[in-house]
Amino acid sequence: MAERTALDRPAEQLNEAALLRRVLAGEYDLFYELVRPYERRVYAAAFAILRNEADTEDVAQEAVLKAFKYIRQFRAESRFSTWLIQITVNEARMRRRKAHANLMEPIAGREDEEGNYAPRDFADWREIPSETLERKEVRQKLAEALAELGQIYREVFVLRDMQHLSIEETAKALGISTASVKTRLLRARLMLRDLLAPGLGGGWSSKLSFAKGTKPW
Amino acid sequence: MVVSCEQVWREVSNYIDGEVDPALRVAIEEHIRGCRQCAAVLTGTRNVVELYGDERMLEVPFGFGQRLHRRLDESMPHPRRSFLGWMAAAAAAVLVAGSFEIVRSLHSRSPQPRSELAQRGKGIPPDLKVVATEEGRLFHVPGCEFIHDKTKLRAMTAAEAERQGYAPCPRCLKQYLVAEEGSPPKGVSS
Repeated sequence: MAERTALDRPAEQLNEAALLRRVLAGEYDLFYELVRPYERRVYAAAFAILRNEADTEDVAQEAVLKAFKYIRQFRAESRFSTWLIQITVNEARMRRRKAHANLMEPIAGREDEEGNYAPRDFADWREIPSETLERKEVRQKLAEALAELGQIYREVFVLRDMQHLSIEETAKALGISTASVKTRLLRARLMLRDLLAPGLGGGWSSKLSFAKGTKPW
Repeated sequence: MVVSCEQVWREVSNYIDGEVDPALRVAIEEHIRGCRQCAAVLTGTRNVVELYGDERMLEVPFGFGQRLHRRLDESMPHPRRSFLGWMAAAAAAVLVAGSFEIVRSLHSRSPQPRSELAQRGKGIPPDLKVVATEEGRLFHVPGCEFIHDKTKLRAMTAAEAERQGYAPCPRCLKQYLVAEEGSPPKGVSS
């Protein structure tokens, strides 16, 4: 194998297909460059299922190692990121089955998927400035609300609304139908709104007072 | 067409994603104008999508990337090098380190993506008028409902936005997102 030249070094300059070809040709140390743009997605997908930082990091690493092991089975007509997320979802689900065999799902997860979901709260929630996300407490509360969802809703919501996968990609990564993705996504969004709107209605930016110890939700 | 509150709740998610036909869209909008509760449901649901869709919600622990890289490195098959091979590698490393800054400056005109996660667009008309915020990562069609901060918008062409590393909004410009084709991989599931 020829030594790489300095000009080859900023591997992000190479496109994904070229990187893939080089990895398949034996330049294994370039595999990380292939994965790097998606490492946060891998972590987020695993965390959506496991909700535990230590397990998530381990599973995310295992998923990437597995992707490397099976790289020759990757079909180039599929998006590499979706394939990687699919492996991550499988790894995380396996870990969860082993570790949490008897875990009770949160209440919000027991909804009947086929039935209709009616909003429970009609608190007015006005337009909100995204600056609120600069507050760690706000992000923490959003994360807590997400953790309240049942796993099947959280998985769909994280892939679709947080990672911006398409409906079809989400369905593929989770091994479910597009109709299920849409149904679960609707419920996930409505449940999160129900969880967040009552506390945030009308006072998102001006009335938050975490610093004073008063929690608005 | 007249729709009930229940129909609005059933379709609110598809409505936000632009997945309802024009007649139903008009009917939902008509309903919402006269129904405060459904208006609250729509606004709140849209806020949920907007807030969680922000990259700041995808936090990873500090050092995650390095640890991942290290673990990957440890499990990679590495060919054994001879002494001369090591010397050559060390010399190459010095050269690489020395020229790295030069290489960086050579490439500095390439757009650095503002978002690692957003999908790239394809076939966007270069002179399409779009807007973006200085701190944002996406560019939008003017009037898009998913613009985070409407007070700091800068107008530009799509070509300019892409040059500056912005990615297309997955909502208002979704027809230009690079579509995926093909089947899922086989043999990697549990």
